[in-house]
Order: sequence, then C-alpha cells, then structure tokens
Amino acid sequence: MIRACSVSELPEGEAVRLAGPVPVSVFHSEGAYYALDDTCSHQDASLADGWIEGCYVECPLHAARFDLRTGAPDCLPAKNAVRTYPVVVADGVIYVDTEVRQDVA
Amino acid sequence: MRTVAVVGTSLAGLRAAQELRAQGFDGRLVMIGAEPPYDRPPLSKDFLLGKVSADDIALAGQDDLDALAAEWRLGVRAEKLGREGVTLGDGTTIAADGYVIATGAVARTLDAARSLAGVHTLRTLEDALALKQALAAGPSAVVVIGAGFIGAEVASACRLLGHEVSVIEAMPVPLAPVLGARMGAVCGELHAENDVRLIAGVPVAGFTGTGRVTGVRLADGREIRADLVVAGVGARPATEWLTGSGLAVDDGVLVDSGCVTANPRVIAVGDVARYRCPLRGVRVRAEHWTAAGEQPGVAVSNLLAGSTVTHFARHGYFWSDQYGRRLQFAGVATEDVRIAEGDTASKRFVATYHRGDVLTGVFAIDSPRPFTRLRRAL
Repeated sequence: MIRACSVSELPEGEAVRLAGPVPVSVFHSEGAYYALDDTCSHQDASLADGWIEGCYVECPLHAARFDLRTGAPDCLPAKNAVRTYPVVVADGVIYVDTEVRQDVA
Repeated sequence: MRTVAVVGTSLAGLRAAQELRAQGFDGRLVMIGAEPPYDRPPLSKDFLLGKVSADDIALAGQDDLDALAAEWRLGVRAEKLGREGVTLGDGTTIAADGYVIATGAVARTLDAARSLAGVHTLRTLEDALALKQALAAGPSAVVVIGAGFIGAEVASACRLLGHEVSVIEAMPVPLAPVLGARMGAVCGELHAENDVRLIAGVPVAGFTGTGRVTGVRLADGREIRADLVVAGVGARPATEWLTGSGLAVDDGVLVDSGCVTANPRVIAVGDVARYRCPLRGVRVRAEHWTAAGEQPGVAVSNLLAGSTVTHFARHGYFWSDQYGRRLQFAGVATEDVRIAEGDTASKRFVATYHRGDVLTGVFAIDSPRPFTRLRRAL
C-alpha cells in the first residue's frame, strides 16, 4: 500500500498523480475514490489532467473516456482498458494498493 | 430503413456505423471504403518516428468490427451516387435507403511536383509509409512546404529524426488564420528553437531538378536546396464522385446544422461535410479529428428520424504535437488574446480569446489540465 494523500487534499472532481515506474492516479468523484493507471491507453497523456464526471474520466488530449470503476474505455480512440487498483481510506488518508493490479475488461 | 450504405471507412464512417447500431438500426449495413479504418493523426507524428506501427493505429479491433455486423467493401472506391444507389469502382451498385457520406478529404498537391521524385504529401497510411521510407534513405536537406499543423508536425518529426529541415510558409505568420497572429507567431518560434529554419511570407514558385527534386524555388528568386520535399498545403474534400448526384457541393457537401443534405436520406459527416454551424452562424468544414468523431452521433439520429431533429453545436477542438510539445486549441480565435496562465516565452501557457465579455476560444501549450477546464467554459 502506498500513501496517496490525505482526504482533504483531494476534493471532489479532482485527481492526484502518484509518480512511479508506472504512474497511478487517484480520482475523487461523487464521494468515491478510484485508482487507475494514469497514462491513457491510447496515447501518452495523463488522465489526472482529464475531466472527471460521474464515474468517468475523459482524457485531456483526445477525449477517450474511461470508466473509473473498471478502467474500460467507452469510446474511441482508446481501445484498451487501463488497470485499476484497490483504494483504502483510513484515518483520513487515501492509500492505493499498487501491488494488486486488477486487469479488467 | 432497411439498408444503409456508409461511404468512407475512416473515423467519421466508422463512427457513423457504430452510432447506427448503437441507436438501434438493425438492418443491412454496407461499409464502402478505399482503406480500412485507421487513425490518421499519428501518421505525421509517432508513426513517422517509428513509435507506433500500422497495427497500432487501427481504429477498431476485429471484435469491434465484427460487432457491427456490416458488409465490408474495402479497397474499392465509390464512383457515383445516383437514383439506383452507390456505384463502386468494380462496377457493382449498392442500393440503400439511407446514405452516409464520409469520404473525407484528399491532400492538395503542387502541380509541378507530380513529375518529380522526392516530393511527398502526407494524408494516407500509404503516403506515410512512402515518406518514412524516403526519410530512412537519409536525405541531407528536407524542405517542408506549409507551416500549418501537418507541416509543423512533419518538420518536427524530421528534425527529431536528425534531418536538416527548412519550412516554407506563404503567409507572414504561420497558423494566423486559425490561432490569430499573436499565437501563430508563438508557434512559429518553435521551429527556430528546435533548429529548423522557417522562411515565412514567401510563396513557392516551383522546383528545381529533373526526374528528382534538387531544390525549391521561392517567389522572391531564392532557391532552397532540397532532396526531399513534403508539401503540407492542405486538403480538399473528396466530392468528385458526387457529380450528378443532385447533392449541393461547394467546398464540401452542403448540409444543415444536423449534417443532413437536402435529401433527408443522405447525411454527410467529417472532413467532407460543410455544415451550418449554429455557434458561428456560418457554414464551416470542420477538418479535424474531433468533429469527425462527434458529428456522426448527431447525423445518424437525424437519418434514422427522417428529418433534422438534433443539431451539431460543439466547439471545434484540435491538438498538435510538435517538438515534444503539446498544442491544444478549442473554439474561435479573436484579436483579443489574454494569457491566462504561464508565459509564452517558456512555451508553457494557456491563452484565452475574447469577444467583449465572452470567452470564444482557448489555446494552450503543454498545459492540458487548465486547458480542459477552460475549454469546458466555452
């Protein structure tokens, strides 16, 4: 488990990118937290810079939308899912289990 | 509606087919195209650099294509649209109840260049493969004609590959019609900053060389040495095949704000469509990827409804990757440009365009997050 940030540091509709060999980002939308691979599966762009709405994040470059729950794209140009990771909130801190990669869709 | 023929199988055609199925059309779907669906934007960027392959740029996987349950007529061109249907290059005619015109655009060429080897255009995968191969042969002087987005991207890729590159632009400021003079000038600076020579404000007069190009002659008498030339001088809509169809064509197929022609059974989408833009009050041909992706949803709704029930009223958006930087633009450029974030000297900023109190456009370099937020405010 790695510490992402405190709950107060990640308001609704925002995302935080965690640097690493494979960057992972945590998204806060509609009261829930989600962790996904940060790099769009279509082309090199950071999903943390994207537009978060409902349970989707839209890539800031080409507007591919990914389901925050599954990592699956719901429109072109992305064809492949991004990986999702378990998120745990404890004592006001958001943790991501980057060891457990959930390949979905 | 029992049969729909989609003519053109690039992004707009594929998206139209997907929308037809998504919106409940369960009849016969015929896809007619010279080429299979692939993504064009990477051709002038990562494809030239060898970062992506032809397989990588396929627009859809086999599963997605199978899910369309369509009849594919690939490798054949539509030659005529008439009362009896679409007539193809192989002589067959496909009769349909509805037609989607998505034939896109064709790269403009320079007349004098047709007979000379070493002069390229870049529009199709075939063009990109030919250019890539020519670059691999190690040209000593590459000249790109046109400092628009395609020209700038090709120049950038050639420079990153280590070639000596010059860019020739007829207008004094590159991209001024699109981004306005101030931001156009900022983009123009990217060339010099990356050791590419930009010669602006001079049209090309012709070429030197016999059989193979050896240089480019400028209108002011200068001669620029070149052993490889790429002409990035725009594209024209592919409408020749519609001659005699009865459809109105004037720099594109004329359609209403719902992408519908005068015949409600015929819609046009993507680069080939010149639609009445409700946001701008004029007819425009939105020659970019995003429109090709978004128009089909609207157009197909109207085709299935039998009349224009919904309109395409989205702000234009496009991006460009040059010299390792990411350029993004949305909306309409005006003279009133303000820097909202960052600074132009560092080439990392967001600029906004205004008309009075109204935000009309956003342009950014390497600032996707604030750009996205401002784009939403348009």
